[in-house]
Amino acid sequence: MNLSVNLGRLKLKNPVMTASGTFGYGDEYSEFVDLDKLGAIVVKGLSLHPKQGNPVPRIVETPAGMLNAIGLQNIGVDKFISEKLPFLRKLDTKVIVNFFGDTVNEYVKTAEKLSSVKGIHALEMNISCPNKQVGWIIFGTDPRVTYKVVKAVRKATGLTLIVKLSPNVTDISLMAKVAEDAGADAISVINTLTGMAIDIKKKRPKLANITGGLSGPAVKPVAVRMVWECHKVVRIPIIGMGGITSAEDAIEFILAGASAVAVGTANFINPKATIDIIEGIKSFMSAEGIKSLKELIGAVRC
Amino acid sequence: MLAVNSGIDPLLKRPFSIHRRLGGDFQILYRVTGKGTAILSKRCLGDILEVVGPLGKGFPVKTTRDKIILVAGGVGIAPIFALAEEIKMKKPLLFYGARTKDEALCLNELKSLGIKPVISTDDGSLGAKDNIVNVLKDFLSHNSVGARLPRPYSQLLTLNPSPVTRHVIYACGPEPMLRALSLLAKEYNLKGYIALEQNMACGIGACLGCVVKTKEGYKRVCKEGPVFPIEEVVWE
Ligand SMILES: Cc1cc2nc3c(=O)[nH]c(=O)nc-3n(C[C@H](O)[C@H](O)[C@H](O)COP(=O)(O)OP(=O)(O)OC[C@H]3O[C@@H](n4cnc5c(N)ncnc54)[C@H](O)[C@@H]3O)c2cc1C
Ligand SMILES: Cc1cc2nc3c(=O)[nH]c(=O)nc-3n(C[C@H](O)[C@H](O)[C@H](O)COP(=O)(O)O)c2cc1C
Ligand code: FES
Repeated sequence: MNLSVNLGRLKLKNPVMTASGTFGYGDEYSEFVDLDKLGAIVVKGLSLHPKQGNPVPRIVETPAGMLNAIGLQNIGVDKFISEKLPFLRKLDTKVIVNFFGDTVNEYVKTAEKLSSVKGIHALEMNISCPNKQVGWIIFGTDPRVTYKVVKAVRKATGLTLIVKLSPNVTDISLMAKVAEDAGADAISVINTLTGMAIDIKKKRPKLANITGGLSGPAVKPVAVRMVWECHKVVRIPIIGMGGITSAEDAIEFILAGASAVAVGTANFINPKATIDIIEGIKSFMSAEGIKSLKELIGAVRC
Repeated sequence: MLAVNSGIDPLLKRPFSIHRRLGGDFQILYRVTGKGTAILSKRCLGDILEVVGPLGKGFPVKTTRDKIILVAGGVGIAPIFALAEEIKMKKPLLFYGARTKDEALCLNELKSLGIKPVISTDDGSLGAKDNIVNVLKDFLSHNSVGARLPRPYSQLLTLNPSPVTRHVIYACGPEPMLRALSLLAKEYNLKGYIALEQNMACGIGACLGCVVKTKEGYKRVCKEGPVFPIEEVVWE
């Protein structure tokens, strides 16, 4: 049985990755998960300089989901390279580094730094953050800005470049196409959906940041639909994510057109979720007589 | 982190303190405050619940030679009792605030540890009708000037001959209590440790959801905490 899949030039031993921001820098889960078994580890989003993040409360539970407004807290690229990368380098899995910037220039500088060291197999650009240069418009919601920033990063790195799309747009397939045209090797679909929750007694938002990103099972049907829409218009591989908690969920994404999947919020519910999902995919393949997982990619009949 | 249910409703595990260890087992003591704890209260003997733990760092007690003052507010007695049990040989003092007499828990168990708590309740149904930080403040101020103590503090004096500055506080309770306590600790120049609460998702340091502001920036309550040195926490 062959579980391996390709993301451009990058070959994964199986399609199950971790979603950025839900798996720390990998070491946090080493007590629970044999990290070598994962298709890839995607680390918490990094920026050029450390970021302290938002005030609390940063998370609130919602029906079958959660809102988070961590505020992209991270230790910064330099500290990541000196303190976290040595651990990740020793693992027998692919290391994908998620990053973001406040300006196009910051994206470029961060990508350059990450491309100059050994042990990183791919970069994942988070474009669901505000562009400070043009008055806080989210990079990933304006096709022209998306094109510009992806193109600039493309020039700055020789690593496999994954662009992580924001679902908070009218037509995600347009953004997928723009990313592909700008030189992305793969796209991640989806980041969190912007949401809000209110404490009705206090008449106050439940999150200190007022709004936050919705993740977990609640977003899964939306995410599957978006993967399917993107699959229709791009030729580059898609990493599907959003509410995956089981092998069945993962296979749904693969049928919709994902070449790989990322597991996020499910890690909080079950720290071994990634491993359970890999095992579940194997059982499904043997039960269904599927020899190579690649047969399933985009195989939904509509 | 305890899953009150299997499945996705509610989605996240709930954080609880270990209240008592009994051989290989452990107990938690909790208050029903919302959906998750309401479900938990309906679970029966023999049900199997998933737990990830123990997690984080507890009260550092092993080395201290100071006179220990325990302060518990409400269900904050859960970990404070565990601590009291562990250090009963050091004869800690316990200040325990509850809303009402009925909500003052573990009184018999404390008795069997040989600990006589100073109690206050919001409605005066047991002990002083005051908040427990005020009661502690009273105690500290009287004790430091050596004045005759009002009941119920007088009984404590004999247990506590040392000067006030050699007290160390260990506390768990609602945020306003901890906040007031840190002011008090500053005023009396006391060392201390407080157990904090924060909404949590992962419980193992990965999501950065549960942070508290400290003098050295944000720290994770689930990993670097939940117990922090009292002077380290920055209250907003
Ligand atoms: C380290 C730690 C130890 C704790 N120990 C105990 C204990 O021993 N006994 C006890 O009764 N309670 C304890 N709590 C508080 C307990 O976790 C909450 O009362 C519980 O999560 C409420 O869940 P719920 O579904 O009933 O409430 P809801 O309000 O419906 O919960 C909604 C969400 O908010 C979170 N939440 C609500 N209140 C709190 C809170 N005070 N702290 C953290 N998250 C909260 C829930 O976990 C859940 O994700 C502890 C909290 C922390 C952080
Ligand atoms: C607590 C938390 C932090 C996250 N941090 C990041 C991040 O730093 N960068 C990023 O691109 N996505 C981040 N995400 C989004 C996830 O990677 C993922 O796209 C999203 O949560 C949907 O998947 P899920 O439903 O499986 O969690 C975060 C999500 C959560 C819940
Ligand atoms: S709960 Fe996730 S870091 Fe503490």
